[in-house]
Amino acid sequence: MYREQRVWQWSSHIVLFLLSLLCVLPFILLFMASITEENTLILNGYNFIPKELSLEAYRYLWDNSSSIFHAYSVTIIVTVIGTSVGLVITSLLAYAASRNDYPLHKVLGFYIFFTLLFNGGLVPTYLLYTQYIDVKNTLFALIIPYLLMNGFNVMLVRTFYITSVPKPLIEAAHIDGAGEWRTFYSIVLPLSVPILATVGLLQTIMYWNDWFNGMIFITDSKYFSLQNVLNTMMTNIEFLSSSNNSNLSSVMVQVPSTGIRMAIAVIAVIPIFVAYPFFQGYFVKGIALGAVKG
Amino acid sequence: MDQKAASLRMMKWKKILPLTLMALPGVLYLLINNYMPMFGLVIAFKDVNFAKGILASDWIGFKNFFYLFKTQDAYIITRNTLLYNGAFIVLTTVSAIGVAILLNEVKNQIVKRFYQSIILLPFLVSMVIVSYLVYAFLSTETGLLNKVVFPKLGISEISWYIEAKYWPYILTIIHVWKNIGFSCVIYLASIIGIDQEYYEAATLDGASKWQQIRSITIPFIMPVIVMLSLISIGRIFYSDFGLFYQVPMNSGTISSTTNVIDTYVYRGLLQLGDIGMSSAAGLYQSLVGLVLVVLTNYVIRKINKENALF
Repeated sequence: MYREQRVWQWSSHIVLFLLSLLCVLPFILLFMASITEENTLILNGYNFIPKELSLEAYRYLWDNSSSIFHAYSVTIIVTVIGTSVGLVITSLLAYAASRNDYPLHKVLGFYIFFTLLFNGGLVPTYLLYTQYIDVKNTLFALIIPYLLMNGFNVMLVRTFYITSVPKPLIEAAHIDGAGEWRTFYSIVLPLSVPILATVGLLQTIMYWNDWFNGMIFITDSKYFSLQNVLNTMMTNIEFLSSSNNSNLSSVMVQVPSTGIRMAIAVIAVIPIFVAYPFFQGYFVKGIALGAVKG
Repeated sequence: MDQKAASLRMMKWKKILPLTLMALPGVLYLLINNYMPMFGLVIAFKDVNFAKGILASDWIGFKNFFYLFKTQDAYIITRNTLLYNGAFIVLTTVSAIGVAILLNEVKNQIVKRFYQSIILLPFLVSMVIVSYLVYAFLSTETGLLNKVVFPKLGISEISWYIEAKYWPYILTIIHVWKNIGFSCVIYLASIIGIDQEYYEAATLDGASKWQQIRSITIPFIMPVIVMLSLISIGRIFYSDFGLFYQVPMNSGTISSTTNVIDTYVYRGLLQLGDIGMSSAAGLYQSLVGLVLVVLTNYVIRKINKENALF
């Protein structure tokens, strides 16, 4: 029996170690590629152990840092605004829908839920946001379409309110003369920090990683997020060299070498990996929570 | 009496008004972002003419659908979407359960959390980054495989980005790689929830680890497996657009194995300017998608009412 335990222990460790390696190695290759000397790269390709190292790519980025900073700040602004506005409207809508003494709560519940079942898809959405509400080439394009709020998160928060915020507490606040806003602000919100942190985290990652809105709504590189810079560099270099846009063109007109491209990818990934250990717990909890309710 | 009724009405308004105001921003957003596009689906039945305006364009009935289903494309994108998602569901589920069981065997909590964090890493990065990672391996000129690994093994170079036959494997591997951590968290959570006494009793009876997994762990997490699989099946008509668009680098020559409904709709709309076909394919996806969700929900309801979405 004891021997069997040990065999299982060891084989678990071996398999999990190999799997972890598989998950990390591509990132290591990316990083090594970014610090490989340019000629070595062209001659020998990407390698885990390059013949010659060089920080040239990063020096180049540092010298042209204004353009990278610009894309970085677009990403940060969009992430911060999108996540905070999204959290506010999500938590408010979820609260109204969670109150079963609110006459419209059933209608509201279905109204939110139906968006999970059926959607118009890309074509009508794109036409709406370009022909009727023109968000093209504005920061709104990166914030509003698709990402700002979704029915799934609203349902998640609503379920939390119903199950974890004691109803007597809300009633007591009402009896004490607190209005609905006051009750929400000083009773419900403080109790809902865990779920709001989870939803906020999911939204932050979503905004940070989004390239789709930038790809379909933005042509002016002034509004490119980090992901869009990467996306455009990889797939459509000619477009950028021909565009006469001010800010980013300095990096891109000279068609960045493969090393520099990899360096930008590294820079885009680093914040997530640095922050990851701190939000890991919430993230794991969030996934498990989301799975339980649909 | 009158006064009482009036004050009651006042009370009611004091509740209804603020709650309605609270709901309003979210309701408006869903109206714009979700509901208006639903009505926009009617453009699949129109010959869209921007000069006339979208809503004023001429009705053409099912013409767009007629053209769409006459082409080979409709078959290819439907086949690809279904086969890929089918393979993704099976492989991700099986491997995630396997990994979750192994993770549960690790007794050292810190090491366990460490493994779990690492396996979740791929899930955190965007598909654009993933396309860079894949490019580092597959690039014809500088890729690790073609430049470093293959010469050592004596295999000749492969132009990955123009050979369609490799992509079903590549995309499946990437999907599993990116999503295994996510599913694993869910399965691990339900494995941890199993009462330890069952295992203790089984051990006393001399059951081997393998037997315990087969007759305790798997049956216990079966409801979760069924539920998650059914939810995925309900969404089988929708693909991970980034995976099929970014990772193959939008390469046209390999579209026979990388084109799915989502990429078809995107290309029709934004690269070929064929709004008719694109919106027809979009409506096709939305409708079949709705039917599938309702059907799978019906099945879930039969199995366990509590887990049903509606």
